[in-house]
Amino acid sequence: MIPAQFDYVAPTSVEEALAALAEHGDEAKIIAGGQSLLPVLRMRLNAPEWVIDLGRIDSLRGVRDDGDALVVGAMTTHADVRQDPLVTEHAGLVTKAIAHLADAQVRHRGTFGGALVHADPAGDLGAPALVLGAEFVIAGPGGTRTVAADDFFLGLFETAVGEDEILTEVRLPKHTGWGSHYEKFVRVAHQWPIVAVAATVRMDGDTIAEARVGLTNMGSTPVRARAVEEALAGQPATEDAVRAAADRAADGTEPPSDLNGDADYRRHLATVLTRRAVLAAAGA
Amino acid sequence: MTATQDRAGTAEIGRDRRRKEDQRLITGRTRWTDNMVLPGMLHMAMVRSPFAHARITSVDTEAAKGAPNVVTVLTGADVADEQGSVPTAWNITTEQKNPPHPAIAVDRVAFAGEVVAVVVARSAAEARDAAELVDVDYEELPAAIDLKRAAADEVLAHPDLGTNISAVWQYDSVAAGTGDAVDEAIEEARGNGIVIDREYRQQRLIPSFMEPRSFVCDPTGEQITLWSSTQIPHITRFFLAVVLGIPESKLRVIAPDVGGGFGGKLQTVPEEFIAILAARRTGKPVKYTETRSESLMAAHHGRDQWQKLTLAAQQDGTVTGLKVELLVDLGAYAGTVGGGVPILGAFMYNAIYKFPSYRFNCTNVYTNKTLTDAYRGAGRPEATFAIERLMDELAVEVGVDPLEIREKNWIKHEEFPFDTVAGMTYDTGNYEAATAKAREMFGYDELRAEQKKRRDAGDTVLLGIGVSTFTEMCGLAPSRVLGALNYGAGGWEHATIRMLPTGKVEAITGASAHGQGHETAFSQIIADRLGVPFEDVEVLHGDTLIAPKGYDTYGSRSLVVGGEALVRAADKVVEKAKVVAAHMLEASADDLEFSAGRFSVRGTDQGVAIGEVATAVFAAHDLPDGVEPSLDSEATFDPDTFSFPHGTHLCAMEVDTETGAVKMRKYVCVDDVGNVINPLIVEGQVHGGLVQGIAQALWEEAVHDESGTLVSASFVDYLVPTAADTISFDVDQNVTPSTFTSLGTKGVGEAGTIASTPAVVNAVVDAVRHLGINDIRMPCTPERVWKAIHTASSGGSGGADPTEGAAAPHFDESTGMQGTADRTDGGAQ
Repeated sequence: MIPAQFDYVAPTSVEEALAALAEHGDEAKIIAGGQSLLPVLRMRLNAPEWVIDLGRIDSLRGVRDDGDALVVGAMTTHADVRQDPLVTEHAGLVTKAIAHLADAQVRHRGTFGGALVHADPAGDLGAPALVLGAEFVIAGPGGTRTVAADDFFLGLFETAVGEDEILTEVRLPKHTGWGSHYEKFVRVAHQWPIVAVAATVRMDGDTIAEARVGLTNMGSTPVRARAVEEALAGQPATEDAVRAAADRAADGTEPPSDLNGDADYRRHLATVLTRRAVLAAAGA
Repeated sequence: MTATQDRAGTAEIGRDRRRKEDQRLITGRTRWTDNMVLPGMLHMAMVRSPFAHARITSVDTEAAKGAPNVVTVLTGADVADEQGSVPTAWNITTEQKNPPHPAIAVDRVAFAGEVVAVVVARSAAEARDAAELVDVDYEELPAAIDLKRAAADEVLAHPDLGTNISAVWQYDSVAAGTGDAVDEAIEEARGNGIVIDREYRQQRLIPSFMEPRSFVCDPTGEQITLWSSTQIPHITRFFLAVVLGIPESKLRVIAPDVGGGFGGKLQTVPEEFIAILAARRTGKPVKYTETRSESLMAAHHGRDQWQKLTLAAQQDGTVTGLKVELLVDLGAYAGTVGGGVPILGAFMYNAIYKFPSYRFNCTNVYTNKTLTDAYRGAGRPEATFAIERLMDELAVEVGVDPLEIREKNWIKHEEFPFDTVAGMTYDTGNYEAATAKAREMFGYDELRAEQKKRRDAGDTVLLGIGVSTFTEMCGLAPSRVLGALNYGAGGWEHATIRMLPTGKVEAITGASAHGQGHETAFSQIIADRLGVPFEDVEVLHGDTLIAPKGYDTYGSRSLVVGGEALVRAADKVVEKAKVVAAHMLEASADDLEFSAGRFSVRGTDQGVAIGEVATAVFAAHDLPDGVEPSLDSEATFDPDTFSFPHGTHLCAMEVDTETGAVKMRKYVCVDDVGNVINPLIVEGQVHGGLVQGIAQALWEEAVHDESGTLVSASFVDYLVPTAADTISFDVDQNVTPSTFTSLGTKGVGEAGTIASTPAVVNAVVDAVRHLGINDIRMPCTPERVWKAIHTASSGGSGGADPTEGAAAPHFDESTGMQGTADRTDGGAQ
């Protein structure tokens, strides 16, 4: 599998990368970890004339504490995010989602920002980012702007990051003390989820004070199961109460049909997986 | 056998030797075909049809020819006069219809993936780039995609053939003189016995070997040399010579280290013809290595059958007859052994059971899809699946445990040798002993108790237990039998032993290993036979210049047939050496005994090692008069019969009724593969085989859409399991040596695959049977399982298959079937 010919540039700063983007415009593709782009190039589903590699921009790597949020550099690998104690403590949902993301090789090559910008509806990071209320820091020719998670995912493989922009950081508001769980349903271990549910809950004794639930692969973008969230607030973390709320998980979703299951089956799965995710997150 | 017996304490046979070949295979420090780099070598890229069936109206190669470093572009029209037709080795009847199979399509393509043009360039990248510039105009034709509709000739895959039916083949126990009339048995059972009618689907599978196929052809020098990642260098050499009109003596085929095959490299393929054609045209070495996408789309697929089955039994569960009707999807062309694959199953549907009557009908059908051919087990997994699923259904109908119904009907150990209704003679086996051992290892009774407990408690996770007491036929194959089956070749194997002057030994085999561990196992055999160190034996294979004769590797034949040839060649070496040793020891040959590699004069301490004899023969200074100065010997072994490994496999599956997800809880197998040369290799073969069979049950399925495009065209959609998806298997053996060969081996390459598929599906169905389900179509995806449960629990008809027509029952309404188990409409659709 040989990609079509392309030219390659590896800038060492965000400014240089933006300049390269400005110069080559829609003839260029940005490569982060390459775990999604390389197969596409090799199968010749896309043939950009320029590939701009962000791999040498050191400032895009790492996790830091920024008061009420964690800041994850876009080029931080999944494996590094997963092993970061700050993430485990303040955004445990992300740690849990990455634990089952693809396989070890992908986790060591693929990047946090790259996967989010790729916006595969079956990607494992979209739903956690959504429920944690992540903020996306985007650099462009006119400077830097921040986009809220709810406004970030626009459609299938489409985000708020413009053609001339680069995602540099993802801010994860701290959810210290919240319970979390990522319930992923696959047929084989290395597969994209057929459906997955990201849940994080703040408990008040035995009561669910606040719950956030996100769904993976239940539409063209990751989606919040807001009906479930509302129904859970103030409920006891019991099987029955959570079940009643989770039954609304598929409300308003438009899941795909493919070899792994049709839309109806996915809607059903969403309710079962939501119940399991919430109960696990609540420690019930 | 004396050598083996006398050296019992240090015998190599039976030792768990680590495989000698693994270091180079695992580290990659070896020569795979794609590693080959030759001076001036050119690279090829294929232009393949995106359509399943289309007329080629024009092929414009001008732009491609003008691209950088492109040497030439070949179309079907360019080579129409010299390319001939890719052959099949197996016309199952003399009337079999075969469409012409050009290596490069000339005016019509018959499946998506067929080669229509070949770009030859100085680099692989330039060839690939230029391939995109080849402009092919197609006029799409109606395509025969669905097997059943193709069998009805609704749309013709090859209009000139006039029908899609390639051949119809039958075995009948009355005609064969091996049993009674099956129709009478079924009629009687419909009156006062039990009749089970079922239709099962063997989905299409893709062999998924690790190393994609690769070919290098060098036309330089006197001989044309072809390196090919093939299982069958010898058969390929024969075919290429015959079809292309090259003298066989001018063609050398080399299979270097080959990364797996599973039957997927058991073919002489279009790309091999193309490599030779392109090398001859350009006068340069050429290379082609397929991409994984090309491999999935255009290398052959496996299975793809509908199986209509009728089993007749008495009220107490004693079987009285079995009728099998197969519909087989050959794909677009008759592959090397494609048409014969179902025939290899014809003798195995009766399995280990004493059926008094049997009929097997098979209809091979062309469609506009990738061709199908051998895939691990080839015919026998299909047969085993059918009979082992049916035995479970019979147990339910009689109301007894599935092990009990099997025991009632199987051949008792004291009844061997046993002539079966399918005309085979099973020499040895002990189904009682293997089953008893497996049952104990499994904790059968405890798991049954847990199953009941879960059901009674209304647990959302149910437990099912699946049984497969399989047998198979291995050691392909007696040449006379192959002749009777109209196969185009024989089934013997050849071996040569060369005694080198330094005492080292070269063992040359016509078998062609591609990951099995032949070098280790064969070294162990030779070490014991000649009494030389394991390390001193070099096993050579896979090159028609080095190993000029052979029938290659497939059908669990290499040890059973090839191993025996090695033994016989080694024994000839000993006989020759004995004459020289007697001369050296100034004794009579009659007074010599050979043990642990040493000839000694009985009753004395005088002796000489076989290595010393080899050195003496090399010098040839003092040989007895008239004795040729060579110990080298060869042997060709043609088996009289097949061998029949068997085993009892028990599987426990958990079924999550909320999601339909299935999870393996425990898997136990006790196999009888005859004597074991290397237990480590046997265990490895069983483990790998099990996973491949389990994968058919749970994960793998090649799916085409209505237009004939392969939907599962990458490993994203074609789900091959990894170690993360399987559990640790409990593997053991119960040995009854084969009586057909001096080593007593039976073959192990396919056993796990053949046995495991029905064990898993039986377990899944067993878990949910009380909900009114008696079948779930393979692969048992969570969606299929959940829909079966959901449909059954909502008062529907129970669920076999949600996606397409599923395991529909096969019944003949005119016969009426009251009181029988053929109510598949009541259970599973």
